[in-house]
Amino acid sequence: MTCSDFLKELTDYLDDSMDAQTRAELEDHLQWCHNCYVVCNTTKMTIEIYRDSHLYDLPDDLRSRLRTAIVAKCQGSPCAEEAPARKKSARTE
Amino acid sequence: MGTIQPTVAEPADELSLVHAAKAGDISAFEELVKRYDRNVFRIAQHITQNREDAEDVVQDAFLKAYQNLKNFQEQSKFYTWLVRIAVNEALMRLRRRRPERMVSLDEDIKTEEDSMPREVADWSPNPEQLYSQGELKEILGKTIQGLPPSFRTVFVLRDVEGLSTEETADALDLSVPAVKSRLLRARLQLRERLNKYFKNRTGGDGKK
Repeated sequence: MTCSDFLKELTDYLDDSMDAQTRAELEDHLQWCHNCYVVCNTTKMTIEIYRDSHLYDLPDDLRSRLRTAIVAKCQGSPCAEEAPARKKSARTE
Repeated sequence: MGTIQPTVAEPADELSLVHAAKAGDISAFEELVKRYDRNVFRIAQHITQNREDAEDVVQDAFLKAYQNLKNFQEQSKFYTWLVRIAVNEALMRLRRRRPERMVSLDEDIKTEEDSMPREVADWSPNPEQLYSQGELKEILGKTIQGLPPSFRTVFVLRDVEGLSTEETADALDLSVPAVKSRLLRARLQLRERLNKYFKNRTGGDGKK
């Protein structure tokens, strides 16, 4: 297995979506290839940092303002199951 | 080396909320809004990179979902269906803001080479602790902003929101191999760009 082969499989490896034999081959490569080990490890850290970052959290005040606006808009809009019936009758009239 | 497993649990009563909302029960729909507004906002802001646009996307996506609930066939999770609507709204906003550039999820940028690791350096054991919360958010925001929209959309759905590869493909109307290819490149490009902030400086050159 070359480093390029390893990189192609990196996403499936990190997501644990591969058969046992391919996994064993990748882990064998990681045993002796320091570069791939570092790339694999830092890619995993990248994912974890973004996942845990709370980047773009929705602040509570904005959240409640948005929710109020959404509910008001929905109330003023044709309700989910009434909509097709109205359209249909409008067409047939 | 451990693997990363996303966790998204679907509450058992979700379908009954959907059914009640379909019948016009606004409070049931409000409950669905409460469950997913944070996720939709995060996705919208990742795609549009603009706070006002993200706020509009949240409102428009939920309104559209409400108006089109009758078309939700319940073959996928409600959340996946909602994400599909939100992504489309967000991309529309992005196109409006950047009309000079075509923004498409189909774009397949350059070759594999754009994602080949150029710099291989170990990172500090807890790189996020090198910076304050505010600094870290700025670094992460700036870094992901540099990715093409099609890459950051796949990354946020798969790695931040924890959708499965299949759900991400479904929400974005892409094939599974296309999702995997974009995801790999997004992950590698982010890693490369974060190197300069997170690499281990104790035994290195100490440059910022």
